[in-house]
Amino acid sequence: MRVHAKRAGALLGGLVFPTWSMADWTMNMSPGVTGTSNDIFSLHMTILWICVVIGVVVFGVMFWSIFAHRKSQGHKPANFHENTLVEILWTIIPFVILVVMAIPATATLVDMYDTTEAEVDVKITGYQWKWQYEYVDQDFGYFSNLATPRDQIENRQDKGENYLLEVDNPLIIPVGKKVRFLLTANDVIHSWWVPAFGVKKDAIPGFINETWVRVDEPGVYRGQCTELCGKDHGFMPVVVEAVPEEEFNVWLAEQKAAAQKERELTQKDWTMDELMARGEKAYQTACAACHQPDGSGAPPAFPALKGSPIATGDVTAHIDIVVNGKAGTAMQAFGNQLSEVDLAAVITYERNAWGNNTGDMVTPKEILDYKNQQ
Amino acid sequence: MSAVADTHAQEHHHGPAKGISRWLLTTNHKDIGTMYLVFSFAMFLLGGTMAMVIRAELFQPGLQIVQPEFFNQMTTMHGLIMVFGAVMPAFVGLANWMLPLMIGAPDMALPRMNNWSFWLLPCAFLILVSTLFMEGGAPNFGWTFYAPLSTTYGPPSTTFFIFAVHIMGISSIMGAINVIATILNLRAPGMTLMKMPLFVWTWLITAFLLIAVMPVLAGVVTMMLMDINFGTSFFDASGGGDPVLFQHVFWFFGHPEVYIMILPAFGAVSHIIPAFSRKPLFGYASMVYAVGAIALLSFVVWAHHMFTVGIPIAGQLFFMYATMLIAVPTGVKVFNWVATMFRGSLTFEAPMLFAVAFVILFTIGGFSGLMLAIAPADFQYHDTYFVVAHFHYVLVPGAIFGIFASAYFWLPKWTGHMYDETLAKTHFWLSFVGMNLAFFPMHFLGLAGMPRRIPDYALQFADFNMISSIGAFMFGVTQLLFLLIVIKCVRGGKEAAAKPWDGAEGLEWTVPSPAPYHTFATPPEVK
Repeated sequence: MRVHAKRAGALLGGLVFPTWSMADWTMNMSPGVTGTSNDIFSLHMTILWICVVIGVVVFGVMFWSIFAHRKSQGHKPANFHENTLVEILWTIIPFVILVVMAIPATATLVDMYDTTEAEVDVKITGYQWKWQYEYVDQDFGYFSNLATPRDQIENRQDKGENYLLEVDNPLIIPVGKKVRFLLTANDVIHSWWVPAFGVKKDAIPGFINETWVRVDEPGVYRGQCTELCGKDHGFMPVVVEAVPEEEFNVWLAEQKAAAQKERELTQKDWTMDELMARGEKAYQTACAACHQPDGSGAPPAFPALKGSPIATGDVTAHIDIVVNGKAGTAMQAFGNQLSEVDLAAVITYERNAWGNNTGDMVTPKEILDYKNQQ
Repeated sequence: MSAVADTHAQEHHHGPAKGISRWLLTTNHKDIGTMYLVFSFAMFLLGGTMAMVIRAELFQPGLQIVQPEFFNQMTTMHGLIMVFGAVMPAFVGLANWMLPLMIGAPDMALPRMNNWSFWLLPCAFLILVSTLFMEGGAPNFGWTFYAPLSTTYGPPSTTFFIFAVHIMGISSIMGAINVIATILNLRAPGMTLMKMPLFVWTWLITAFLLIAVMPVLAGVVTMMLMDINFGTSFFDASGGGDPVLFQHVFWFFGHPEVYIMILPAFGAVSHIIPAFSRKPLFGYASMVYAVGAIALLSFVVWAHHMFTVGIPIAGQLFFMYATMLIAVPTGVKVFNWVATMFRGSLTFEAPMLFAVAFVILFTIGGFSGLMLAIAPADFQYHDTYFVVAHFHYVLVPGAIFGIFASAYFWLPKWTGHMYDETLAKTHFWLSFVGMNLAFFPMHFLGLAGMPRRIPDYALQFADFNMISSIGAFMFGVTQLLFLLIVIKCVRGGKEAAAKPWDGAEGLEWTVPSPAPYHTFATPPEVK
């Protein structure tokens, strides 16, 4: 039935919209690249075919009646209205089919829940609207943001091949190893999904969920957040890159060295221009989704920063709200999300951009001192 | 006692009051039924308009028409309005009109409460819709309003939304009490429970479901209210609460709720198919038991909406098995309808067209439901367009086609005129094609990996989304035709006989068309 539907759909599409490319008419689940996703795919196909067969039988009888037992054909109605044997049969047969179906489903589920003996642990934290990946044993982690430019989303630029499915820093995992994911969230519930892995799990604030994956084929795998998490729910993709183990180790060492270097920047003497340049970049990544690229915000949930009492008033209050967030609102605590350098740069930027011209400059050292005081 | 009966007998000669007070103060089940139906259709158009906004934004990738904030308000309001404003009141309207006529009662058992439960509804929806114009916008957290998105992170209008839900809940509970009191107390002599028409049976069971779960909904929104305004932490993990608790409580209401929206349609279709097959319903008793079984099972399957939240594997397995079991009684119902048609003498007037489409398309929705019940596979389906396709298949050709079938079936009884059959058939075929065009491709989108509730999507989803939007526009515009047909039918048309359908059975066809303002002042005898 699906095949026919596919042909019919393609035919209809081909007739009505001849310019569309046929390659995009994906109609079925993909088998994916992991054992789990293959198991799921075969469960999916089995139950689909069971439904198709039942549908053919039931609708077959119905269409037969519709064609053959019409009044206009002169058909006289029979008068039967019960048959115990038939009624018992069509209660028992579906039940048996369900039991048969439940067996492989149970086995797959048990396997999916077995998170033991993992070789790599990655903690995944959902934020509005980005993912944080932390390699638990390596004491190292980073954020992964949407990389699709605003101009593509707002149709000022042609959309790229991986429109909305591309990030600045993908999650990197080694192939052939059992990777355990520990999921949680910082604000609202998110859900981390990579269709090719057959892995989807909710990231819930205050709780830790577990799931796992073993990818044997190197490659880039894309997915999305699948739990409504606010305004930019559609704009927080998941990208996972599976690489050979040696490559993974080299990458990890490089990243840790880079992170160390980043920390050292705190002690550097920064100029206003450097901070403004860095601040603009950090602002666009971390703040612009809510407060808008031009600082105009979207009140009342997301106040404007342009001319706001926070951004033009007391510096310490400004640092406080950025570092610690504001309880009971959507304003997150960025103290652990951004480096001291980025925090200083963002605050400096906010105090001087869009005509806020306070002339204030906040250095990374001041941020460090502020954090240490707390 | 006899004095009381005398005054009643005199009152029965009065017609309806004149002017607006007829509608404001009426305790007549037919007037109240009409008001429910009109209100429901108005809400159907309003919720439908929001669906058009959603489909227009999803016509192409990129953000064109609305911003994500407003898009989320549209999906939320569309869901809330369709569930609580369109489908549920439509069935209450049908119940008001038809239950007394079907059981030979003079009116509903509690007429004044009946008036009140209707008039609460416009108040509730006035509050709900007014949130669109408030600072911060309308609720934007989906019709399932998961905490903490709806509590800590909700817009200021959330409190109004909670108040509106409370009022709707009170209205539904009073409506349900009225239905139960009517059915259990006012049946004509001789009408034993197992002689009741199926629409009466399904509504009796629906009413019990309503009484059981509407207080749970009230409870969960009250917990939200406390979290938002009074500093509690039911759903806030940082205060020791549990966001997942919200989902358990919500879906304990939510799953029976979906049967509340479909069981009365089962009942109506069980009248329409025999009528146009000119053959008695196959397996009356098993139909009743199946509805009972579905209702009972609906209380133990709620967590199948939550397979990905990380419930323990034992829970996962229990809810998977219990959910799969629902396929058995549902299957029995479908087999019975098909067996009723088998070797009948079929004609296909508009009610029958909608009823047959109901059986076919609801079954397709049932199939995808069965697929969703398989917990491991649900990890791939969950919160994708596959789910959107599934519940629109059970709600649009399920609940809504059931309502259209009922409306065409009973319009002659309500208005005394036959509706325009050609227009009604046009309405059916355009709805049928539009609805399938809108919702069938959503299965493909979901399987290909498109999450639900997103205002913009990756390029590989573009083609099917465009088809889906075209279908949705077609379905949406077609519904204006229904309005035209009903207005035409109310104003005139061929006179309807007391029993306009030659195969129809039941007490409602023994009274003249249009049904007089007061019917069954003396109860009929049922053999």
